[in-house]
Amino acid sequence: MQKRVTFHNRWLPYLLVAPQVLVTLVFFFWPAGQAVWQSMYLPDPFGLSSEFVGAENFTYLFEDPYYRASFITTAVFSTLVTLASMSVALLLAVMADRVIKGSGAYRTLLIWPYAVAPAVAGVLWLFMFNPSIGVATYWLKGLGYDWNHVLNGTEAMGLVVAASAWKQVSYNFLFFLAGLQAIPKSVIEAAAIDGASFARRFWTIVFPLLSPTTFFLLVVNVVYAFFETFAVIHTITGGGPQQDTNILVYKVFKDGFVGQDLGSSAAQSVILLFLVGILTVIQFRFIERRVHY
Amino acid sequence: MVEKRGAGIWLTHLTLIVGIMLLCFPIWFAFVASTVTQADIIRPPLPLVPGPHLIENYTRALTTGVNAPVATMLFNSMVMALGITFGKLTISILSAFAIVYFRFPGRMLCFWLIFLTLMLPVEVRIVPTYEVAAQLNLLNSYPGLILPLIASATATFLFRQLFLTIPDEIVEAARIDGAGPMRFFRDILVPMSRTNIAALFVILFIFSWNQYLWPLLITTEPEMNTIVMGIKQMFPSGDDWADWPVIMATAMLAMLPPVAVVIFMQRLFVKGLIESEK
Amino acid sequence: MATITLETVRKSYGKTEVIHGVDLDVADGELIVIVGPSGCGKSTLLRMVAGLETVTSGRISIDGRVVNDLEPRERDIAMVFQNYALYPHMSVRANLAYGLKIAKLPKDEIARRVAKASALLQIDPYLDRKPRQLSGGQRQRVAMGRAIVREPAAFLFDEPLSNLDAKLRVQMRMEIKTLQRELGTTSLYVTHDQVEAMTMADRVVVMNGGIAEQIGAPLDLYRNPASTFVAGFIGSPPMNFIDPALLGGDDGGRVGTMGIRPEDLVLTTPENGTLEGTVAFCEALGADTLVHLRLKDDSLLILRTDGDPLEPGAAFGATFAASALMSFDPSGKRI
Repeated sequence: MQKRVTFHNRWLPYLLVAPQVLVTLVFFFWPAGQAVWQSMYLPDPFGLSSEFVGAENFTYLFEDPYYRASFITTAVFSTLVTLASMSVALLLAVMADRVIKGSGAYRTLLIWPYAVAPAVAGVLWLFMFNPSIGVATYWLKGLGYDWNHVLNGTEAMGLVVAASAWKQVSYNFLFFLAGLQAIPKSVIEAAAIDGASFARRFWTIVFPLLSPTTFFLLVVNVVYAFFETFAVIHTITGGGPQQDTNILVYKVFKDGFVGQDLGSSAAQSVILLFLVGILTVIQFRFIERRVHY
Repeated sequence: MVEKRGAGIWLTHLTLIVGIMLLCFPIWFAFVASTVTQADIIRPPLPLVPGPHLIENYTRALTTGVNAPVATMLFNSMVMALGITFGKLTISILSAFAIVYFRFPGRMLCFWLIFLTLMLPVEVRIVPTYEVAAQLNLLNSYPGLILPLIASATATFLFRQLFLTIPDEIVEAARIDGAGPMRFFRDILVPMSRTNIAALFVILFIFSWNQYLWPLLITTEPEMNTIVMGIKQMFPSGDDWADWPVIMATAMLAMLPPVAVVIFMQRLFVKGLIESEK
Repeated sequence: MATITLETVRKSYGKTEVIHGVDLDVADGELIVIVGPSGCGKSTLLRMVAGLETVTSGRISIDGRVVNDLEPRERDIAMVFQNYALYPHMSVRANLAYGLKIAKLPKDEIARRVAKASALLQIDPYLDRKPRQLSGGQRQRVAMGRAIVREPAAFLFDEPLSNLDAKLRVQMRMEIKTLQRELGTTSLYVTHDQVEAMTMADRVVVMNGGIAEQIGAPLDLYRNPASTFVAGFIGSPPMNFIDPALLGGDDGGRVGTMGIRPEDLVLTTPENGTLEGTVAFCEALGADTLVHLRLKDDSLLILRTDGDPLEPGAAFGATFAASALMSFDPSGKRI
């Protein structure tokens, strides 16, 4: 936790932490406090005054079918993004771990999409699947399928999932590869001598030994799907059609910033705050386990 | 390593190549679209090879763009990304230094304050943070783009972790050599941390460059847009055709700096990424 | 050039006292070795002299000046650490010069001192290397050099040789001793190795459980240990401790235990021996052989002989000159 030997100075340590603490207080704790405060008030339609309503914003939210739908949408969205990006990444990592020649080149080619911003990823996929000019749309039409995510909610969901997962494959690949390379080769060799086939070795030896990495990535990907995909949603669908891709984070933005419904947006922020809190605790409990692993 | 022979190894390579093609496909298409004319694009299918209009499209994007010249947006992005990166590194290394090498009343409070910011991403406090920034007159300004994002629990923890691995004897030797705290920080701690600082720099630069939501909230003037958030603003709100060649050229330009960083500083990037998630 | 004086120095961490009042006078130019088992407080004592730990009560003076409240840099001392604590990012030259640079010495003076120290320690060829490119012994020399260039009033050594292999340790301890004598700098040297204490020290401080059990010249400690602890700690193989009952001389419990050095014992036939027993095992070291005799009360008695190893199980006796026998009271104090 701390050094045996420390420097002695009355004011210097405070000076050193001051910038960080100041930024934290002004831009993190003050707004978070405001969110909690606003969540218990209802402003009048002209924004001139507001009235204390206690938990009313929250009860109203949970009775709101749109909000409940947004929960489901978020759950479906994050599950799909996590599963898709992790399974593709695992497959590629296992393959890259097997090749000896050229593994460096494969790695370089597979990790650079990590650097592509979610917003840019959104624009790229939007372009490919544009209902009138997109290449993918054109090919699908050739196969007899009429793609239009602007009207079809399922297709819209499919597109934002694809764009979000695509961007995350590199990250997962890198961690899976590191995890695979950390498994002692002798364990796998022993299994091979015991007569286990590649598939059997994978499912009975490699995959269980990889579980710390897998679990870690699970949490990271859920956090990613919850928060960082805002840009993907914003560029591709804007939450539409109707509410079909309106995940929780996007709804906070839309209700608060576009719809100016401050009380409701603040209440949604507070709920999200709880969710992040839970995710962070899971992440940290897990990190403790990983240290002892 | 159990070596593969025969068909198996070809299947492995095939899977990897298909995977790489799928990953690169969207980017290749964007590149092709940035080298052809609008007329080529609105008559699908798009060809699979680049056209002859590369220089023309990129020049048009950089000098005129749609709402603002992309060159301006690139500059804004660079200022923001470097500002956030240097800001985060500076305040994190300073606070980690204070927390590890000093004993002072309120030390644990500071530690927890910084730690708790992990639980408060911008996304969950959008409106109030915007209001604070507005009250401080930070809208449409570089400080507004940078300051609210420079607190970093992750970087602080990383430096704290790193400092804890530096043997106590080094500090003691420095004290006996007569170095005061800031001298020790400058002459010994920072130079000893330089690879970690570089690795973190790479990760933070990518993170900062790719910021979307905060610039979206705080910059309302096109002249202040960053390139990553500015792309979306290039799409017309009505039924007009989007200027696809320019938009795609912008998308290519937007990913160029962070991708270059990943490719050319791959070793530092991998180190930074894996360490910052520990 | 300085004296160091410790007056009833105590150290507590919270409520636990770890140093229970140590007094010590170090003469100018003397090399004092503080020796003791781990946890006896020897390192803490040294670190208090260095100024790395605060003094709970008592007084530490260097050259007559009380230094209790002075920062390490104000004490005019230099320290050599167990793991050398070289700055890994600096060249050997920069490591040596760092303290002088902070002290704002003129450049030519720094260069002169670095050149002198590196010549003395024969580290000239490595001056531009980084510490990680050096071997353990070379690093040790650089650490010494960093202390020497300061030209301090005193050197403090904190187990400087314990990271080296056995052969190098023997060589380095002689080098340090020679160097110290040449420079004539007052030195405090902490170690857990009694051989280092015996071979290097002008005087040895034996510490145990936070107190200085005995202070004296190495051979004095060996010949006249003040307690069973000192008697058992100094010397290898250690002194034999024998129940007085075995020697027939029980005088009402005044004597708790009797001690005799292995080399003071002579093997003889069982009937001629003051003590008798059977051979448990023998360790042939080449020049001499250690015979372990199992006595009647099942305790082991070690004898140093120059003969060949003996057959286990054989019965023997042991005799000794009465003057070689030491008596200790039940609390372990020498009578």
